[in-house]
Amino acid sequence: MKRFKLAYLLIALTTAFGPVAARAQGTNASIPTSAAVPAAPAAPAAKADPDLAQRVADLEAYISNGARGSDAADAKVGSKIDGTAGPGHNAWMMTSAALVLFMTLPGLALFYGGLVRRKNVLSVLAQCLGISGLVTILWWAFGYSFVFANESSPYWGNFTKYAFLHGVTSSPNGDYAYWVSQNVYSMYQLMFAIITPGLIIGAIAERMKFIAVLLFVAAWMVIVYFPLAHMVWGIDGMMNGVWNPKATIRAIDFAGGTVVHMSSGWSALVLCLILGPRSGFGKESMPPHSMVLCMVGTGMLWVGWYGFNAGSAVAADGVAANAFMTTTLAAAVASFVWALAEWVVRGKPSVLGFCSGAVAGLVVITPACGFVDATGSIVIGIIAGVVPFLACSYLKPFFKYDDALDTFGVHAIGGTLGALLTGILATTASGNANLTGDAAKANGLAKLVTDGGLWVEQLKAMGLTIALAVIGTIAIALVVKAVVGLRPTPEVEREGLDISEHGEEGYHHA
Amino acid sequence: MKKIEAIIKPFKLEEVKDALQDVGIQGMTVSEVKGFGRQKGHTEIYRGSEYTVDFLPKIKLEIVVDAGKVAEAVSAIINAAKTGKIGDGKIFVSNVDEAIRIRTEERGPGAL
Repeated sequence: MKRFKLAYLLIALTTAFGPVAARAQGTNASIPTSAAVPAAPAAPAAKADPDLAQRVADLEAYISNGARGSDAADAKVGSKIDGTAGPGHNAWMMTSAALVLFMTLPGLALFYGGLVRRKNVLSVLAQCLGISGLVTILWWAFGYSFVFANESSPYWGNFTKYAFLHGVTSSPNGDYAYWVSQNVYSMYQLMFAIITPGLIIGAIAERMKFIAVLLFVAAWMVIVYFPLAHMVWGIDGMMNGVWNPKATIRAIDFAGGTVVHMSSGWSALVLCLILGPRSGFGKESMPPHSMVLCMVGTGMLWVGWYGFNAGSAVAADGVAANAFMTTTLAAAVASFVWALAEWVVRGKPSVLGFCSGAVAGLVVITPACGFVDATGSIVIGIIAGVVPFLACSYLKPFFKYDDALDTFGVHAIGGTLGALLTGILATTASGNANLTGDAAKANGLAKLVTDGGLWVEQLKAMGLTIALAVIGTIAIALVVKAVVGLRPTPEVEREGLDISEHGEEGYHHA
Repeated sequence: MKKIEAIIKPFKLEEVKDALQDVGIQGMTVSEVKGFGRQKGHTEIYRGSEYTVDFLPKIKLEIVVDAGKVAEAVSAIINAAKTGKIGDGKIFVSNVDEAIRIRTEERGPGAL
């Protein structure tokens, strides 16, 4: 019966997307090619050959991550390197994409896997792997287009423009980067789309059916993640203060405080409340089965996070360099402060404390890393070591919700904190020219950064993010619950999800 | 023949083994076990969650000796394993009906 349901699901998926494919190609052919697609065959023909000075200027633009002479919509002159990615920037972005995937596989998988009981370790790994494949298919089919295609609405991208990654080639998409291949950019962003629902697993670990996890994640990506990512990072997104001159909420989020951590963290809380606590929660011991795996995973998360944060500059430039530094400082300080807080309050600094602090520091610096300086990142590190520590240690026991691995305590609290602190600590001293660039001048962000008041815009973005995550999650969870049910039977939960859901065991006695 | 089972603190294993070898004990069987006596367990805290761990790791050492060697072996174990603190463990002595060396099929004390 279960197998039949799965097969039906696959057939439904393929038949549903089949016609879209045809439509996608049809519409793409009929839309006039925009200047934002440098490889467009029609555009270069009308342009004059560049002179030597222009050609040198184009090379300088590569060094400084600026636009080629031919990149402007009304450019009269062509470029010898039209549609060519810059090798240095491209190399860094391919490295960064791999680093961000490394955060999920196996970083997050081990970080979470070590924290569950041994009978459920494989279920966490399977969920991370399953999400990676599922989200990749969604991203290829329409996800990338739905987030990053321009000429769309302030709320979501164009469903069909880049559907099936049609037209996404090694040529850069000037909307997002002049020197990074669009196929690299789309894969880089895919890794963010993979880890975000992966974070939710932490709250619902050890007690959700695998099929329910997959269905929930598929719907959640479409309803919550894709629109939110477009609003914050899409070139015409309504909350993209740095790039959209017409942004209605002039917020900034460098690497995903709202898009990744707040959305997953708040959704995780809602889902774990709807799901209910693990059977035996509060009565039985549920200690981590391997703090060693957890620490190994933490180290991988930290290393991978350089791709996440410094890579979000979408260039190997000075902004990336600054983000690299601020990320390091915040993570190290928060790790130290969290363990220190435990030492003071409970008498012992724990490995889980160091690990939790490092992740919390990375979460909180995420939206800020490209907009703050060294001092700002140290402030963020200290606060990130204290506030999520208090949330995990006192808020959770007080309200007695079973956020199994503290997705809410670390990612929602941390992401929310980070979004707000970004509004207070963002400074032109970070060297990020986008804060006072043309778009920021047009929508008023530049004035908010220099004169203060950015935090109010950040509050608006935070409110919208929480609303979308909470309402979306309630709706999706209730539908999935009605269709396939969320929880395994008590016997299955008792036995562990590894054997009953995946037919395997993580460890065998010799 | 007597079987001596000793539950000891894990870090004392090497000293106990050496002491038993010094009094001429030829072989022994060791297992990692968990349990509690008067020492009780301890508390572990993982972020907001506090767990009481009742069972502490211990080593169980089993040897079978000729009845005449029991007193010597027991005092060797006591001398080596004692710290004077709670949780040092216990020793149980019981009768053994038969012992067989599989390779040669020798029986009785000669098989030990």
